[in-house]
Amino acid sequence: MAYVPIADQDHELHDPHSFVTKYIWSQDHKVIAIQYGGTAIFVGLVALVLSALMRLQLGFPDTFSLIDPSAYYQAVTMHGMIMVVYLLTALFLGGFGNYLIPLMCGTRDMVFPFLNMLSFWVYLLSVLILLSSFFVTGGPTGAGWTLYPPQTITPGTPGHDTGILLMLISLGVFIIAFTMGGLNYVTTVLQARARGLTMMRLPLSVWGILVATILGLFAFPALLVSAIMMTFDLTLGTSFFMPAIMAAGDQLDYNGGSPILFQHLFWFFGHPEVYIVALPAFGLVSDVLSTHARKNIFGYRMMVWAIIAIGGLSFIVWAHHMYVSGMNPYFGFFFATTTLIIAVPTAMKVYNWVLTLWEGDIRLNTPMLFAIGFVFTFVHGGLTGLFLGNVVIDLPLSDTYFVVAHFHMVMGVSPVLVLFASLYHWYPKVTGRMMNETLGKLHFWCTFLGTYAIYLPMHYLGFLGVPRRYYALGSTDFIPESAQALNANITIAAIFVGVAQILFFINVFWSLRHGKPAGNNPWGATTLEWQTPDTPPKHGNWGPELPVVHRWAYDYSVPGYPQDFIPQNVAGDFGVSDDHGHAEPKA
Amino acid sequence: MAIAVALVLLVVGSVIFHLISPWWFTDIASNWGSIDFTINLTFWVTGAVFISVNLFMAYCVYRFRHKEGHKAVYEPENSKLEVGLSAITALGVVAMLAPGLFVWAQFVSPPDEAAEYEVVGQQWQWSFRYPGRDGQLGTVDTRFISESNPFGINPEDPNGRDDVLVKDPEMYLPVGKPVKALLRSKDVLHNYTVPQFRVKMDMVPGMVTYLWFTPTETGSYDILCEELCGIGHHVMRGRIVVAEQAEYDNWLASQPTFAQLNARASASAASGQQQFAVCASCHGQQGEGNPAMNAPRLNGLQPWYVERQLKYYQTGVRGAHPDDQYGRQMAPMAAMLSSDDAVRNMAAYISQLPVTDSPDTISGDARRGMSIYRANCAACHGADGSGSWATDAPHIAGMSDWYIANQLRNFKAQVRGAHADDDYGEQMVSFATAMKNDEQMNDVIAYLNSLQ
Repeated sequence: MAYVPIADQDHELHDPHSFVTKYIWSQDHKVIAIQYGGTAIFVGLVALVLSALMRLQLGFPDTFSLIDPSAYYQAVTMHGMIMVVYLLTALFLGGFGNYLIPLMCGTRDMVFPFLNMLSFWVYLLSVLILLSSFFVTGGPTGAGWTLYPPQTITPGTPGHDTGILLMLISLGVFIIAFTMGGLNYVTTVLQARARGLTMMRLPLSVWGILVATILGLFAFPALLVSAIMMTFDLTLGTSFFMPAIMAAGDQLDYNGGSPILFQHLFWFFGHPEVYIVALPAFGLVSDVLSTHARKNIFGYRMMVWAIIAIGGLSFIVWAHHMYVSGMNPYFGFFFATTTLIIAVPTAMKVYNWVLTLWEGDIRLNTPMLFAIGFVFTFVHGGLTGLFLGNVVIDLPLSDTYFVVAHFHMVMGVSPVLVLFASLYHWYPKVTGRMMNETLGKLHFWCTFLGTYAIYLPMHYLGFLGVPRRYYALGSTDFIPESAQALNANITIAAIFVGVAQILFFINVFWSLRHGKPAGNNPWGATTLEWQTPDTPPKHGNWGPELPVVHRWAYDYSVPGYPQDFIPQNVAGDFGVSDDHGHAEPKA
Repeated sequence: MAIAVALVLLVVGSVIFHLISPWWFTDIASNWGSIDFTINLTFWVTGAVFISVNLFMAYCVYRFRHKEGHKAVYEPENSKLEVGLSAITALGVVAMLAPGLFVWAQFVSPPDEAAEYEVVGQQWQWSFRYPGRDGQLGTVDTRFISESNPFGINPEDPNGRDDVLVKDPEMYLPVGKPVKALLRSKDVLHNYTVPQFRVKMDMVPGMVTYLWFTPTETGSYDILCEELCGIGHHVMRGRIVVAEQAEYDNWLASQPTFAQLNARASASAASGQQQFAVCASCHGQQGEGNPAMNAPRLNGLQPWYVERQLKYYQTGVRGAHPDDQYGRQMAPMAAMLSSDDAVRNMAAYISQLPVTDSPDTISGDARRGMSIYRANCAACHGADGSGSWATDAPHIAGMSDWYIANQLRNFKAQVRGAHADDDYGEQMVSFATAMKNDEQMNDVIAYLNSLQ
């Protein structure tokens, strides 16, 4: 039988007929994307409430007695783990990855639709297991999201028996779900792109999601093995991570294990995880910036190679989380060097985003505001990373509020601003209606200014030396009264930002019925997802004919062309020179 | 348009906040000024990038905002510009990294003349060990750790006999001499941090880690744990006093060695009995307590707890607060014990008294109390409320319930536990808040009553 490229095979689609197969046991990537996204946002709201409880304790320790020390550490732990893994990873890859990959690559669906459906349901199972730990005796684990042994499984840590077991199982199940989804995303991008859609014509969203998924496929196994080994330490009494230790005056039956081994495994996953979240954000924001600036993304090839370089480097910087862990201190030289090298491709991305605005025709609508806000917060969070990455500066700052402020700025606020930019940007494609601009802008200002009011001052608590993960500061001789006042202000800002998110949900639901009809391509965008015959796209996405791609993803404001964008599937040479490397393929 | 203005204001505001912030590094008290130098250098480099990139972006947003009939310029790439920017960025990175690695090289190689001392972490306490005259610390092992050998020193190792043991969260160092701290942990990860010294390092069970510094300013500084170590992480506090050599020598000489502690005669319960008559007038012949006299039950308490509390009363750490009415009555009673030995003997006698039952005077929902107790109290006081020498937590199950209620209220109001030297009382000040109101307190006490 002759070889037929997957892109040209006409797949038999599993056309759904009943409500159940259409919306529940659906194999359509668009429905799965919404299921993934909805679940992730729901569990993210749980984590948001936990952060409010924490902030009320920190800001007003004597006024609100909402949580005791045990519940505080549980809230810290669950907030962190949910936000990083179950919200950000799931929403960027399971949500946006699922929705955009087939549409941007011009395919009818993922290459393995059934596996894709399974991925969501297994993810949902992992979320349910995680949430169930709130209801068991002892509650969820309070070991910190890093789950460092030995304290994770010794008495003295909340949820050290049942809560931690559920956490470890949930992580294992999540990784199974991620692997099923991830293999799908990678295979679809590599094997099923539309004719003419070369890798160097892909929108940066797809590049970001693709490389992030590859990182995940390499990084999550490290977390999986550490979760399995820790489960054995907990249930079978093995000593992978457990040296001979005491607990409440008794010697435990452990011997010879290494707590630092766990930290290496955890961060071998954990550092790439930062980029599993960041790279999709980099990609999505590039497309939002370019579309609304009506200008090609500046330095596309540099952007692609920067994504790849950052992805590769992210596997050799992990121990910068461990400078003061007690590992061999000579590692510090190597990991500080690799960490600061990563600043170069990252800085190039920032320059190119800003240069994309240069000589553009900038439309300051809601998605664009969020995208610009992202560049600002990402610059801030990236620069403070240069403090912590430089091993010797980490000595005073490690485990202080500076770290908390840094990582919330760079992998909390920044990706969330991109999520909002993307949700406002692609909502018209998903629903067929525009979101309300006034509400959207109000939401942007509250979120952008509010989060900055939370995290800028927090860095300064860190300079002062205020330690993180403290239920209460207690009495010290170096923390002035004013630090408590600052903490109170941070809490007020945090509550304000939390409440302001209601604006977003009102907008989402209101616009579903009352939003202006969007049409197929409301932003005048070039990429394939805006060229579907129907909006929202029907099952199979493209009608009878698959699109054929003739150009790169960023032909905005091409001189001589009557409108200020040329969709990727429009043929013809409109006076564009080839010398930038995006030549027309010879058919 | 508004966003361009906002970006400019945020940049200007951030710089102003930075300049006027009263929250800044503590005054340095060690030799690590080079770390502060690296931080300042990094501030200059990153500050310049922060200001220029964001102001440039604000300018672009303002200058190239949408205007009718305007069209963007089509410019996919500009290799010269991209290479130039990469080069400048790389240069900035090198400028920050090179001094950083240079200082790190100093940090990882302690000078040969640095005197060693050991810091031992455990949930949620600090203790310290200094080498004796031989200048060498004895070997240790987890299997040697017991109530009488809390440091786990190898009894067979001659080097350990003259080790000076400080089982107290306060340590001394001489000013101006480089020191190398050897760090270990008995249970979970901890971290030895003194903000004024700038350096910190995790303490890892199963291995010995280190850091070094030279204290340059005399004074007293907080020691904090900065690696999450369980529910009591935030109350794991210590104190380091940097003193002139002579003061340091005196302090060190007053601390016991391992051999001295082992050779100490055991306390005499019989001697304690002779002085107990005074106690019995309020606390009862069996130490069973008497609510009418506001005297709690004593039998069942561990000797180390009684000893510590009596010393606290003697030194004003406890029973000196104006609102501590009954504590103030107790202070002169404790003062009647004239020596440390008398205190030890008394504690020994009390711990031998036969255990009596205390009548329940407080009722509550023991089931709800159980969940609060298990989440917040059991880590130190034990699941059965019997306390532990390891966490210095007394036996509380079934003790005089009205007294426990009073003490919890005292902790909450900082009538007890707020004194700087009441190291464990301070922990209770924080954990008493686990009971939000009297009702929850009664629930927990009802649970304690059910445990007796």
